[in-house]
Amino acid sequence: MKVRPNNYIAVEFMSRSANEGFARTAVAAFAAQLDPTLDELGDIRTAVSEAVTNAIVHAYPDSLGKISLRASVFDGNVLEIVVRDWGRGIENVEKAREPLYTTGGEDRSGMGFTIMESFMDSLCVRSRLGKGTVVTMKRRIAQRAGRK
Amino acid sequence: MEVRTSANDRALTVTLRGELDHHAARETVTALERALDAALPRKLILDFGGVTFMDSSGIAVVMRAFRRMTALGGSLELCNVPPQAGRVFDAAGIFSRIPTGRT
Ligand SMILES: Nc1ncnc2c1ncn2[C@@H]1O[C@H](COP(=O)(O)OP(=O)(O)OP(=O)(O)O)[C@@H](O)[C@H]1O
Ligand SMILES: [Mg+2]
Repeated sequence: MKVRPNNYIAVEFMSRSANEGFARTAVAAFAAQLDPTLDELGDIRTAVSEAVTNAIVHAYPDSLGKISLRASVFDGNVLEIVVRDWGRGIENVEKAREPLYTTGGEDRSGMGFTIMESFMDSLCVRSRLGKGTVVTMKRRIAQRAGRK
Repeated sequence: MEVRTSANDRALTVTLRGELDHHAARETVTALERALDAALPRKLILDFGGVTFMDSSGIAVVMRAFRRMTALGGSLELCNVPPQAGRVFDAAGIFSRIPTGRT
């Protein structure tokens, strides 16, 4: 059964690197309703930046394509972020998620998935070669005493 | 991304300002390599004090500088690393290899 979110935003943008800053700022602004700490907000911005950069760099290496970004709030102060592309896909997701694994040469460090995993509570990567990739991440924002 | 350099003796200090992501990485690397080629320092200090955001693209920039300094027989140090960038470096295990002014 699919649980309906209490709130969501959805945006679609071209795979231009100038949109990396836009994407993480958009999600951070949306996440503000959960009253996150500065550290939590930093983690969320970083995870979004990793997923969106992967779509820009790896999904569409020599072309421009479409990226969609969706952020939702669920019961229990849970933020879910979904980044989707329709690019080249990942042949072996398990291997791609290993630290230091990269097909990007010396411009990349192979740490993107590792960072998403450690900064978020959960990371799910679904991909099909030639069809695209969907990255879903969740992070529960703690409700703090003394805050409304 | 704003890259400012100042050299004294054999140490080169490079001060970074702005968001160090994939979008900014290329110009940052170009500026950094130009400064390294001109100074050929014994020591490179990367000042992160003005970095308002950094992701894994920044790790690649730092590792590139680290390899370059190693090839020059010199050393690399990071200083004034803000918390957000620090968490990214931590996740990548960078601090075990490159010293920081951080205590
Ligand atoms: N959206 C995507 N489409 C196609 N391939 C991808 C996608 N995301 C990741 N990959 C593949 O998975 C590998 C690992 O990704 P990860 O983000 O962990 O490291 P990286 O992007 O190579 O380096 P870094 O993130 O440290 O700059 C990539 O090198 C690429 O081969
Ligand atoms: Mg990556």
